[in-house]
Amino acid sequence: MYSHKGMHTRKDIPTLFYDCLAEAHILAVEEKLRPYECDAYTAYKSLPLAVLLPETLEQVIKIIKRCHQENIPIVTRGAGTGLSGGAHPINNGILLNLSKLNKIHEINPDLQFARVGPGVTNLAISEAAEEYGLYYAPDPSSQIACTIGGNIAENSGGVHCLKYGLTVHNILEITYVSYDGEIITAGSECYENFGYDILSLLNGSEGMLGIVIEAKVRLLPISHNKEVILAAFNSIEDAGHAVASIIANGVIPAGLEMMDKAIIHATEYFCHPGYPLDAEAILLCELDGFEDSLKWEVDRVKYECQLANATLISRAQDKTQQDLFWKGRKAAFPAIGQLTNDYLCMDGTIPRKHLAFVLSEITRFSNEIGLGVANVFHAGDGNLHPLIMYDLNNEGELAKAEELGGKILELCVSVGGTITGEHGVGIEKLNQMCVQFESNELTQFENLKLAFDPARLLNPGKAIPTLQRCAEFGAMHVHHGKLPHPELPRF
Amino acid sequence: MSDNEQVPELIDTIKQALNSKQPLLIQGGDSKSFYGNSISADILSVKQHTGVIDYEPSELYVTARCGTPLREIEAMLAEHNQIFPFEPPSFGDDATLGGTVACGFSGPRRPYASSIRDCVLGTHIINGKGEYLKFGGQVMKNVAGYDVSRAMCGAMGTLGIITQVSLKLIPQPESELTLMLEYKPEQALNIMHQYMQTDFPITATYFENNILYIRAAGIEKTIKKIKQIIGGNELQDSQNFWVSVKEHQREFFNSDLNLWKCNVPVNSPDLAVEGDYVMEWNGGLRWYSTNDGNEKLIAATKSVRGNATLFKSTSKPNDCFTQPTGALKKLHSNLKTAFDPENILNPGRLYSWL
Repeated sequence: MYSHKGMHTRKDIPTLFYDCLAEAHILAVEEKLRPYECDAYTAYKSLPLAVLLPETLEQVIKIIKRCHQENIPIVTRGAGTGLSGGAHPINNGILLNLSKLNKIHEINPDLQFARVGPGVTNLAISEAAEEYGLYYAPDPSSQIACTIGGNIAENSGGVHCLKYGLTVHNILEITYVSYDGEIITAGSECYENFGYDILSLLNGSEGMLGIVIEAKVRLLPISHNKEVILAAFNSIEDAGHAVASIIANGVIPAGLEMMDKAIIHATEYFCHPGYPLDAEAILLCELDGFEDSLKWEVDRVKYECQLANATLISRAQDKTQQDLFWKGRKAAFPAIGQLTNDYLCMDGTIPRKHLAFVLSEITRFSNEIGLGVANVFHAGDGNLHPLIMYDLNNEGELAKAEELGGKILELCVSVGGTITGEHGVGIEKLNQMCVQFESNELTQFENLKLAFDPARLLNPGKAIPTLQRCAEFGAMHVHHGKLPHPELPRF
Repeated sequence: MSDNEQVPELIDTIKQALNSKQPLLIQGGDSKSFYGNSISADILSVKQHTGVIDYEPSELYVTARCGTPLREIEAMLAEHNQIFPFEPPSFGDDATLGGTVACGFSGPRRPYASSIRDCVLGTHIINGKGEYLKFGGQVMKNVAGYDVSRAMCGAMGTLGIITQVSLKLIPQPESELTLMLEYKPEQALNIMHQYMQTDFPITATYFENNILYIRAAGIEKTIKKIKQIIGGNELQDSQNFWVSVKEHQREFFNSDLNLWKCNVPVNSPDLAVEGDYVMEWNGGLRWYSTNDGNEKLIAATKSVRGNATLFKSTSKPNDCFTQPTGALKKLHSNLKTAFDPENILNPGRLYSWL
């Protein structure tokens, strides 16, 4: 893990910030720090020097300036729902919790945006916009709790990405504070901006480039014409073929999700959505659009599922049934949580055509290593979420689960995909970054980071591995007889 | 379609330029030399680096080398009933894919589908150190590392040569029609904003000489219904009309005056500027044909929180784009240094100081 050469201790830290925020909002004793020892990536835990809970922008800026003066690293945190350890605290830094900056400053129905603080939850935006007939499209499964600041940091997705895009496609403007306390605004209410596309770089930068203090997010009109279709298949391959031909034939579903047998069973027992238990795979397809176009799409999806040998095709008859179909998918993670003490959630993305091969390889790895895997899949955009089931109490099982996870991610890279579609790298996938990227690409990332944060104060040690780390990982992990990062000295 | 890999040669050229500290002007089909700042530097042609590397209709992406002519790619997509969602203008038959991405050009469909930047899935670049780097990929979702690929869009080649790019595609709608309605500018804005609140399958809007043109696309039945709802007269040659808009073939775009591209919030009032204007993108894009000076245009767009680009000019101006200031300007310089420390690639093409 990263260690920053700081001179500060937990004892002297609070006094440094007394002129920045109220003493009650500076947590620096161990029992108060415990709730912050990790985010939703719970495999590792550590304590920061202090947790700071500012309530105003002025306080945030003062804190950042003080950290700059004192050379104290900052890890920014929202709701702590991140799955890859992006908000994992570091021992020699502070944890800056922005969840109190949770005001919706403005809903602008004419220009279709909401101006919000970083601590506003994803769902709260859509709730506030509803009276204007608008909503915020990206909908990560943690949307009830996760904050927009965190969504920007991770470039969060959700089930509606194929049609409506990721966070990066739905953020119009970001105001952030740089490592030295400068306020910078990138983007605007316009369709196009000037200069370099700073918004692209900030979205998904895992808090390493700047600290978001305000965002304007794009709102879309709520579609009142919606259909949900459930189709069951005797094999994953058939379901995969259905996905490819739906899209190849001109339908872009609002959501297209696949679940394997393990998930179907787990969710059926957990919340009874009415899924067919004899199916090897099911597809959930949500369609929206203008009247006749929607009818055409429904017919087309049914037809393509039939051609792909669906054993059951069911169109939800009303809103209640639509919600029921979705209920199982949305409960997939907690349902698996009932079956196992612990699980690791992978996040690889692959070109859809490799789905059948990748899933059969995952089954092979799972048998080899001896841990169960259940698969949910954002099929429309190729984003896999294999859930690796293990028990932290059994010695060595976490290591086995991590080994299995690593193999799955490397498999995704080998078929032309990526190690993370929407959860981020954080601390969890640092080693796999060494597999996906060459040394000079990682160096380019590092130089880009230094353009924003030359003092390396913002979330150090996350997302981009050092070449040193890659060399050490590579030494354990030689692929196809080819030594990765061969130009580096070995120790 | 030609298929020609030139990366080693391009790397060599950059390394030589580095040694001799000789700046390079990256050039594809030379169709967009009118756009952006003009600079004097040795020409590095990427026109020969051509070919479609991967096209998977069912995966909704295409990957091609930068020198591949845009029209050849679009013709190939059309065979599979697919299109670029951003409907790129080409400004000439020789326009290449790389140049289109480097300029960040989106056309009439932009507000209703995606911008070109939204569609970038991955790029391979050669940076100013002559390093060949791969970012992003061919999948819709990818958050491994910073999103360098997308940042190449609109950077005018100042951060690296885009040697290949993967872009997202959408299906070509079955049919389209364009309706013409007579309105005053304020009425036209109101109508466009009213339709922004609906799920009507509108795919383009254009306002010129008190006529609002609205394009809708989809299946036959839907289009008929939209015609009933919106009204107006149907334009006979819808396709050619929108080509004339996006390629600036209309008379408006070809006067002797300066042509300014002004991005403004869609509900902005008239900018207080002399001369004629037309609107696209729900009123969010306004083209001004004017003799008014740079300061006036820039101040007028700034006052409504917009940005202005001197798109076409009779003279050769030093700075065509809205300037970043303060910490944002410093960040631009830092980023340029991070990718091109010796200032070899298109120096001054985006900003005279960059």
